[in-house]
Amino acid sequence: MSLSDLKIPLLVLAAVLLLVIPADLTGFGIPWPGLRRYGMFILSLWLVTSIAAMGVNLIMGYAGQESLAQAAFLGIGAYTTAILTKAGVPFGVAFVVSGIASFLIGIILGFPALRVQKHYLAFVTLAFSVFVWLVIRNEEWLTGGVSGIQDVSRPSLFGISLKPALYYYWFICAITAMLGAAMWWIIRSPWGRAFTALRENAIRAESLGIDVRGYKLLAFAIGSAYGGFAGALYAPLVEFIDPTPFALASSLLYLLMVMLGGMGTLIGPFIGAGVAVLFPEWLRFAEGLAPILFAVIVMIMVALCPTGIVGLFERIFVKRRRPHADDKGPVLGEVKS
Amino acid sequence: MSDFLQLVIAGLATGAIYALAAIGFTLLWQTSQTINFAQGEFVMLPAFFALAAMKWWGLPFSIAALLAIAMSMLVLGVMFKNIIVDPLIKQGVLPMVISTIALAIFLKDGVKDVYSAEAQSFPTILPDIILPIPGIKISLAQVGVLVVAFSTIMGLSWFLAGTRTGRQMQATAQHPTVARILGVNVERMVMYTFLINAGLAAMASLLISPIYLAKFSNGETLGLVAFVAAIVGGFNQVRGAIAGGLIVGVIDNLAAAYVSTSYRQAVPLALLVLIILFRPQGLLGRKEERAI
Amino acid sequence: MSSTNSSVLSVRNLAKSFGGVQAVRNVSFEVRQGEILGLIGPNGSGKTTLFNCILGQSLPTDGEVHVDGRNVTGLRPSQLSLLGIGRTFQLLQVFPQLTVTENLILAGQEHKGSRLTRLLGAADAGLSGDAERMIEFFRLGHLAHDKSGGLSYGQQKLLDCAMAFMAGPRLVLLDEPAGGVNLSMLANLKERLQAINAETGATFVVIEHNMEFVMSLCTRIIVLAEGEIIAEGSPDAVRRDPKVIEAYLGH
Repeated sequence: MSLSDLKIPLLVLAAVLLLVIPADLTGFGIPWPGLRRYGMFILSLWLVTSIAAMGVNLIMGYAGQESLAQAAFLGIGAYTTAILTKAGVPFGVAFVVSGIASFLIGIILGFPALRVQKHYLAFVTLAFSVFVWLVIRNEEWLTGGVSGIQDVSRPSLFGISLKPALYYYWFICAITAMLGAAMWWIIRSPWGRAFTALRENAIRAESLGIDVRGYKLLAFAIGSAYGGFAGALYAPLVEFIDPTPFALASSLLYLLMVMLGGMGTLIGPFIGAGVAVLFPEWLRFAEGLAPILFAVIVMIMVALCPTGIVGLFERIFVKRRRPHADDKGPVLGEVKS
Repeated sequence: MSDFLQLVIAGLATGAIYALAAIGFTLLWQTSQTINFAQGEFVMLPAFFALAAMKWWGLPFSIAALLAIAMSMLVLGVMFKNIIVDPLIKQGVLPMVISTIALAIFLKDGVKDVYSAEAQSFPTILPDIILPIPGIKISLAQVGVLVVAFSTIMGLSWFLAGTRTGRQMQATAQHPTVARILGVNVERMVMYTFLINAGLAAMASLLISPIYLAKFSNGETLGLVAFVAAIVGGFNQVRGAIAGGLIVGVIDNLAAAYVSTSYRQAVPLALLVLIILFRPQGLLGRKEERAI
Repeated sequence: MSSTNSSVLSVRNLAKSFGGVQAVRNVSFEVRQGEILGLIGPNGSGKTTLFNCILGQSLPTDGEVHVDGRNVTGLRPSQLSLLGIGRTFQLLQVFPQLTVTENLILAGQEHKGSRLTRLLGAADAGLSGDAERMIEFFRLGHLAHDKSGGLSYGQQKLLDCAMAFMAGPRLVLLDEPAGGVNLSMLANLKERLQAINAETGATFVVIEHNMEFVMSLCTRIIVLAEGEIIAEGSPDAVRRDPKVIEAYLGH
């Protein structure tokens, strides 16, 4: 029984658990009181973080680029949604606008940066991060400056208010599932194959007709759009936004968590996001240590197992069906060059 | 116009410091393909070595400063290379980038937790006395910065062009495989680059901390400035890093005076965007062969 | 509809220098449809640089490249691929993490439909059938679902070739296809190349060091030395040309 056979049943099980765990089941005769508000908040935060992490995973794990601006796109999504919904625009519209705006900004940012040397996207996104931070902090008339925006309301769906924590959590679950499915579709499509190819061997990919520049740009724009979508969900979740979570430091954390979870896999971002969200909780007693320990763990992981937690899992639990790809021992009659 | 001149001179002073950070960064990239995203933190940390030495061991500033430089070369040079960079070389560039980013977070929060979250005042190498030159208000400290920074740069340039080891380092930076064939001990050259970067970062730290105050969060701005300077100058040239650093320093200083303080930080960013749009190989860089 | 003897590839006065080094100087030649042109020369004579200039990997410092009468100088490799020009590389460049079939689908997918249809359409871009046929043609049948990284060197070379042909190119540039391949595989490879040439009428330009391979495969040979063409003609004529002998012995 290999891991791939278990994938679908595991996924279904995980989905059921995710939906059911926070709910109070005592009314159904099951002795499970569910999670309190804070527990549901953490789960919600984890899913929102995972969405943004999926975006970074596409940019980094598939297209091999570094984006230091994912938190900025979250900020763009969050503020766009907060401002629009306060102005009476329906959440659905604000959500879509957040994603599209992030996509377009991604194209504008990426176009000059990807024309040039390899790492320029990192520097451009670094600069963009700082710039967005400055704008959010300074343009008080729009963003409330350092004080931020209060009372961001949660949407209603088909007349039902999503203000209760459990309902909004389920809403986030649904959106995450849709975005996750979309990501899965992209990855298995020819686009995903092109992304993988350009990460593994851009020159060869180019010679096969793959427009490497175009696909890199596409990956960056889609990944950034996911950041925008995550931000749109984040604002009503926390109901009060200020510039702090959207600073450069948070963008850096996204890179780390995607690496930690397992780059280039579908489930890696969820794992990495889980660790990132839970870490400060576990280390409540020594709050300042959380980023330091996280950084150290990532450094160790990168050196020992760059395929992340998913890779670690595969190494330990999944037996290889074929001999290792590297040992091409001499085949009869084969002459090594 | 003397106001303007003052700003330019002050800008050249800070620019020379940025140049130190940018040169080390460029050298590391050229010789060992290491993109050190923790470069800003490398310029933030040594000042805290000095502060700790003065506060915890009661050492005088001059000794503390030398100790800081030595510690930097050990920690940010040797240890950085052996513990972080070497194990990752074979994994490719992306893991190395992530690791240096993690290192940046580690150093930044480390200083915040171990020493202080507050900005610390930092002693100048030369006292801050205004020099009696008519028309320009320039302090001895600023002159000191200019002199120290420029002599460091001169010393480095002389070393690279005038000594055998220096030329070997240049060869390693430009064509490592060829250098190896010619008998250059490439591994040792690479180690020297790391040591030089650490040393330059330490110098930059000691020079900039009196001006900016030593704070754990300085790394972000200093790093950004170093990257912009390196890119403006042309990523693969040391001379470019110097030019880039000076330009960024002057523009940054002028911006502080003429642009609102809330958007002052955006000015080097604007410079970065302009360069990438209109002259991506930087001012002094060579036009790269077609990149994919 | 082009006549059978039209020039598919026309290189005119091509030159390329790197810094102070002149790798290619004033090279001109034509390749007619259906030809298999061999490009030989001692090491460092500029063959791969010439290929790179033709294929958009490098920008020539001077001269032009025309394909089917159209000026393609300086176009990017992906654009050239979409115009029907394929290549293989000297250093093996398959995608080791993908299976043989996936490698082939990758090689052909950009030529199918538009970018949008590729996202919304089938995961294999409708190429599973073509990939199967290509695998059969190159006799890699039993390996269709194996990761290409696990294949033997010779098998990977065959795959590399197969990838270059997936999109049905008019012109293929092969950079040392015989390098490192054992004798039995070599005969297989040569025979398959000749078969494709006969079947599709595709034009080949082949860089090779393996004299026997290139002489028996190619219909015409060009000899490059120090960036210039020093001889041109049938394999027999070139083999006996004293300038060619000297160029090789001199190294």
